Amino acid sequence: MGEGTDIKADSILDVKGLCCPMPVVKAKKAMDTIEIGQVLEIVGTDPGSKGDMPAWAKRAGHEFLASSEDGEVFHFWVKKGK
Amino acid sequence: MVDRVAIIASKGTLDMAYPPLIMASTAAAMDMECAIFFTFYGLDIVNKKKYANLKVAPVGNPAMPMPVPNIIGMIPGMTAMASKMMKDMMKKSGVPTIPELITACDEMGVKLWPCEMTLGVMGIDADDLIPEVDRTCGAATFLEYAIEAKISLFI
Repeated sequence: MGEGTDIKADSILDVKGLCCPMPVVKAKKAMDTIEIGQVLEIVGTDPGSKGDMPAWAKRAGHEFLASSEDGEVFHFWVKKGK
Repeated sequence: MVDRVAIIASKGTLDMAYPPLIMASTAAAMDMECAIFFTFYGLDIVNKKKYANLKVAPVGNPAMPMPVPNIIGMIPGMTAMASKMMKDMMKKSGVPTIPELITACDEMGVKLWPCEMTLGVMGIDADDLIPEVDRTCGAATFLEYAIEAKISLFI
C-alpha cells in the first residue's frame, strides 16, 4: 500500500482488466460526473497507467494527488481541477 | 486556444487501425481537440461493412507474434486465422475493439473526416460509412485544420 490510502475519494472508478487507452478515457468520463475539488479514485491493473494517469491529469487540468500499488492493482487519486 | 491534434489514417489493417484511434481518444480525454482524416485504405476504419472485421496480414509481416513463412501465409484462410488470433490476444489483454474505440472517439468529440477524393477512387458510397463520421472533406480542409495543430501524425 502507498501514501494515498488515507485520501477520501468522492467517487471510485474501477478499470481493472482494461488497458490503454480505456483507463484514461473512462477517467475522463468519470471526471465529467463529479464537481470541481472532488477526488476521483481510479483502480486498475494496467501498468501503463502508472505513467499515463499523471500525464492525463496534468494535461486535463486536474491535480494528481497520489498513487499506490497493491500487488497487481494500482490506485490513483486525482482531484478535479476544472 | 485549445491544443489541437491532427491525424491522418491511411492504412486499413487491424494493427494500423489502432494507433490513430488510441491517440485520438486519449487526446480527447486530455482535453485536446482532435480530428482524424481517413484516406485510402484508412477508409476501412470507418466503413460499416468492414470496421468490425479488419484483418492483419501474415504475408510479408515478420513481426507476427508467431512468425509465419510467407509461403504458408499465402494459403487461403491464413489471414483470417492470423486476424482471429490477434483479436483474441487483444481481448485477453483488455484492449478495446475498433468499434469500441470509434464510439469513445465519437462520444468525446473527435472529428472523423473521410477523404472525399479516395471515397470516389475506391468506389465507396457515403452510405457505406458509419454514422459517427462527420463531413467528408479534402486535403485543403485537413491542412487548414492541421496548421493550427501542435501534434500531427501520419499513420
